[in-house]
Amino acid sequence: MRLRLVPKETKWDFFSRSKLWLGISALLMVVAFASFLVQGLNYGIDFRGGTTIRTESAQPIDIGVYRGAIDALELGDVSITEVFDPTFGLDQNVSMIRIQAQDGEEAVSPEVIEAVEAALAGVVPDIQFVSVESVGPKVSGELIQTAVIAVLLAIGAVLVYIWLRFEWQFALGAVAALVHDVLLTIGIFSELQIRFDLAIIAALLTIVGYSLNDTVVVFDRVRENLRKYKQMPLKEVLNISINETLSRTMMTSVTTLLALIALFVLGGDVIRGFVFAMIWGVIVGTYSSIFVASAILLWLGVKRDWSKPDANAGTQYANIDA
Amino acid sequence: MLQIDTWKRVLIWATVVVGLILALPNAFYTRVETHNDALAAIEAGGDAAGLEAQVGMWPDWLPSGLVNLGLDLRGGAHLLAEVKVQDVYKARIQAMWPEIRDMLREERATIGTIRLQPGADEELRIRISEADQVERAASLVRGLARPVASLTGAGASDIAVSTEGDMVIVQLSDAEKLATDDRTVRQALEIIRNRIDEVGTREPTIQRQGAERILIQVPGVGSAAELKRIIGTTAQLTFQPVVTRTADENTNPGPGEQLVPSRDEQGQFYVLESAPVVTGEDLVDAQPSFDQNGRPAVTFRFDPSGARRFGDYTAENIGKPFAIVLDNEVISAPTIQDHIPGGSGIITGRFTLEESTELAVLLRAGALPAGLDFLEERTIGPELGADSIEAGKVATIVAFVAVLVFMALSYGLFGVFANVALIINIGLIFGLLSLIGATLTLPGIAGIVLTVGMAVDANVLVFERIREELKTAKGPARAIDLGYEKALSAIIDANITTFITAVILYAVGSGPVRGFAITLGLGILTSVFTAIFVTRLMVVIWFERRRPKTLEV
Repeated sequence: MRLRLVPKETKWDFFSRSKLWLGISALLMVVAFASFLVQGLNYGIDFRGGTTIRTESAQPIDIGVYRGAIDALELGDVSITEVFDPTFGLDQNVSMIRIQAQDGEEAVSPEVIEAVEAALAGVVPDIQFVSVESVGPKVSGELIQTAVIAVLLAIGAVLVYIWLRFEWQFALGAVAALVHDVLLTIGIFSELQIRFDLAIIAALLTIVGYSLNDTVVVFDRVRENLRKYKQMPLKEVLNISINETLSRTMMTSVTTLLALIALFVLGGDVIRGFVFAMIWGVIVGTYSSIFVASAILLWLGVKRDWSKPDANAGTQYANIDA
Repeated sequence: MLQIDTWKRVLIWATVVVGLILALPNAFYTRVETHNDALAAIEAGGDAAGLEAQVGMWPDWLPSGLVNLGLDLRGGAHLLAEVKVQDVYKARIQAMWPEIRDMLREERATIGTIRLQPGADEELRIRISEADQVERAASLVRGLARPVASLTGAGASDIAVSTEGDMVIVQLSDAEKLATDDRTVRQALEIIRNRIDEVGTREPTIQRQGAERILIQVPGVGSAAELKRIIGTTAQLTFQPVVTRTADENTNPGPGEQLVPSRDEQGQFYVLESAPVVTGEDLVDAQPSFDQNGRPAVTFRFDPSGARRFGDYTAENIGKPFAIVLDNEVISAPTIQDHIPGGSGIITGRFTLEESTELAVLLRAGALPAGLDFLEERTIGPELGADSIEAGKVATIVAFVAVLVFMALSYGLFGVFANVALIINIGLIFGLLSLIGATLTLPGIAGIVLTVGMAVDANVLVFERIREELKTAKGPARAIDLGYEKALSAIIDANITTFITAVILYAVGSGPVRGFAITLGLGILTSVFTAIFVTRLMVVIWFERRRPKTLEV
């Protein structure tokens, strides 16, 4: 007896409500974007400069005491949070302190860090500073820029690759799904105010890669079935393709999720945000390859005859309105 | 049909075996690391006999390359420094003044008297008494220009000369600035490397980033602040004649003189002659030591030409004070008691033992050509790194086991094949990482875990395809063959697109993100290899032995 995530043969209709799903996706994207605009992301120091100090002590953490010690230094916006994690020992009390970039400092100022460390050591004698990270505002500005470039570049490169391997309609569908995934991920980070740092950009790009992986597998089958069933309406071809690949889609998503969940629970708090982004991305990415990418493909229509070598291969631009 | 040539089989297994042997040292990380450190120590001239036992901890005939652990896993300090390249412009342009002055003086008859105007540091403003001859003076100065010594600036001259009323303004040309910037950063890089090597830590990363930045990562250093003390000090050492001492900080130094504060005595200033007798560049050695009163000091030795100049100067100036200046502070200003011919000396000041040791290191390594601005600094404690490794290990093992069980349950024997391939896959990733000397970071571990999840994808694609082909009942051999054949395009397309994003991440990202991109990228390569070749080979071998009439995947 084998474990099966989906029945042996499925004939589910994924497009009976395709407009509804597209509508929901569009709505979610709008909500995510609005949240990003209104609430904004909880940027880490990578992107807005400043200092984070991770402390560890055997004493239980009293945030009030910490705050009292640091506020006396008048450093502007300081956030102090206690970190909980199942991997910590009983006498491991961890806190994260974030201090905003100080005005007029192009580079990081060691004096500020020393002052904070001294103040904290004054109130909590056994405190240890297990990590101290500072990023100057000059670098953080550039990091934002490169991050945005990286994501756009990745999406652009993928667009070109799929266009070359498939058709422009496929490329548009895939990229719409990518934009959908990236937006929803940014949206949930803004909604839950999870810290957004450089590692999350890496996660975003991985999501781009993963979602694409899924989309491409479905599209590959669509391409094959378009050759096989030349007269069948596009909607049915898409349905058959998705049903045929459904078992694989679920298998891969589940194995990936299994691995990610293990990392989420056991991998420590340092990368939890990163892993969370990826888990979310895998779920959203799986959904979008069916309900966004394929739905858009259906909506755009597609060239049908794949059996003959394409005489117009070099002139796809001309077909853009076809 | 299901056939794989013998040479292909040998090649596949050979690749797997080589990969796994390369990965092997990582399973005995501390042991191999001790071995490597001992070897390095012997090479550096350490006591071979005492280290023999440590070398013996790992056999020589096995590869000993290890995956480097990133700072976030090992702990250490990370600095991103920007070289203040403008610092050098001033020195460069000021150094041109004597030559320009001498040349213009010879033309006194036509252009009249000349006078250097105080102004911006990075230019020379020369006033000419015969204002109508200013163009002539400018063209004379232009005659002194030299071609820029760099490939990109070839053909351009090193100075830009303009006129403004009765003044000739001399600046470095843009091409020369670019060439100077490049030289300055390369020198700074070299000096930083020297200094860190002097301190002797394991595998520091010192890289140029962009035009004016230097990235420094040193594992094992206590904190970034400590590292900054070693590399952040310019350490420009000069020996200058003292004109006078003063307590007035508004004293106007005469031409060719400068006012320098004392390092240890608050409110004490010295007027010094600007031109140094000897500089730190003339030193060949510096060591921490103690003066006759037992206080920490630094002894130094000059090279022959420095020794001769210093000897001549001391012989001619007995009874006069001279100043030892470090980064524009007078450390001490002893009076010359006697002719000092030997070319060695001692710097005393109010040093702590730590300071004298550091100063000796700095003097040995040389002075930075320009100051540094620190844009980014990170210190990661070794405990945090150890915790992260531990958490990463546990998570990877759990993820691994979960996926193995799941695959076996879903695909039976074929699942087991995929699992063996998955184990080989992880081995190959580590083998490749060791081979290219890549750095494993915490996001890198996440990349491996993600690969564990995604690596089965290629196998899943094939197995699902085989299931489909079995439905059309062409017999097991044909189904397996078709499964591999038809799944190939999906596998290739899907993995190339993911690989593209990994490459972009690597190119644009830095630090931990790069670590992630590397493991993700390598993971894609190895997982495609294991799925297309290794699993397939296992399936084929199994099929040849059993010749099953029916197949359940």
